[in-house]
Amino acid sequence: MHEYSVTESLLALALEKAGEANAARITRVNLVLGEISGIVGECVRLYFDLLSRDTIASGAELAYETIPTQLRCNKCDKVYTPQDGSWACPDCSEIGLEIVAGRECYLESIEVE
Amino acid sequence: MSVKVIKVGEDILSANEDKAGANKARLDKGAVFTVNIMASPGAGKTSLIMNTINNLKDKMRIGVIEGDVASSVDADKINALGIPVIQINTAGGCHLDANMVEYALNGLPLDAIDLLFIENVGNLICPNAFVLGEDRRVMIASTPEGDDKPLKYPAMFADSDVVVLNKTDLTPHLDFDDAAFRQTVTGLNPDVVIFPVSCKTGAGLDDWYAWLTAAVRGKKGG
Repeated sequence: MHEYSVTESLLALALEKAGEANAARITRVNLVLGEISGIVGECVRLYFDLLSRDTIASGAELAYETIPTQLRCNKCDKVYTPQDGSWACPDCSEIGLEIVAGRECYLESIEVE
Repeated sequence: MSVKVIKVGEDILSANEDKAGANKARLDKGAVFTVNIMASPGAGKTSLIMNTINNLKDKMRIGVIEGDVASSVDADKINALGIPVIQINTAGGCHLDANMVEYALNGLPLDAIDLLFIENVGNLICPNAFVLGEDRRVMIASTPEGDDKPLKYPAMFADSDVVVLNKTDLTPHLDFDDAAFRQTVTGLNPDVVIFPVSCKTGAGLDDWYAWLTAAVRGKKGG
């Protein structure tokens, strides 16, 4: 559900950038989403198709790259991706960590004609 | 027609973050210490707020923003205590965002509030991804939910400054492992402050009140 407002922001940003470039049409939108950004790419795609109607982004392909969560163990310094949903360090089993990646939510680029 | 790639590299949530920054500036100007209360439904968000109002209302001026999917049940309870309150109904939305909070701030007498609670929508999944302009994030976990919740919703615990563990009066009836809970929470978030409390019996709440009082004084400049 909360992807609706996020998609509104995404579309506004894409249209702004296309406008600055005097583009006639947006053909593709490339989004980067971290695994724990709280944003589900498929939902963004659904809303994007709906919201972009009657704009120059209508029919554009929405592509998203998912960035896996990366954590750094505070005890042994290992950087790892959580396995099977567990945030514990695979080497020392500690849960003592810093989030290194996975929160990303940005518009990387747009492709225009 | 040739296809051109335009590099953007801009955060999508930046609109929310900008708005949250504006909210924060407004609250800083009035020296209003602002707490974003996050928890699952039924963990005790409103109970903690009401206990705190009853205990601290003679020492400081308190205001509340209530976020719910529907109804004004919580706001009505707060209003009955004579506290300024604004209800936000998200109409299905699963979190509060900075825009909704801006709207609520417009309806509150900010120059007559020292401590503002923003009660977020009951949800452990996404409220942490949306800053509102708060000074501190306080998460309420409750013992009947189980000691494994930090393992299941790690980002919420990692992003909170304070964890209030509520319903400790029920612990004798539950298999809640307090040591395991603490170990996971402090692992996810080494700087976190944990307050075990019971909003029902009042146990442990004095430490929470003392923390809040010091934070409110701190924001007022001593």
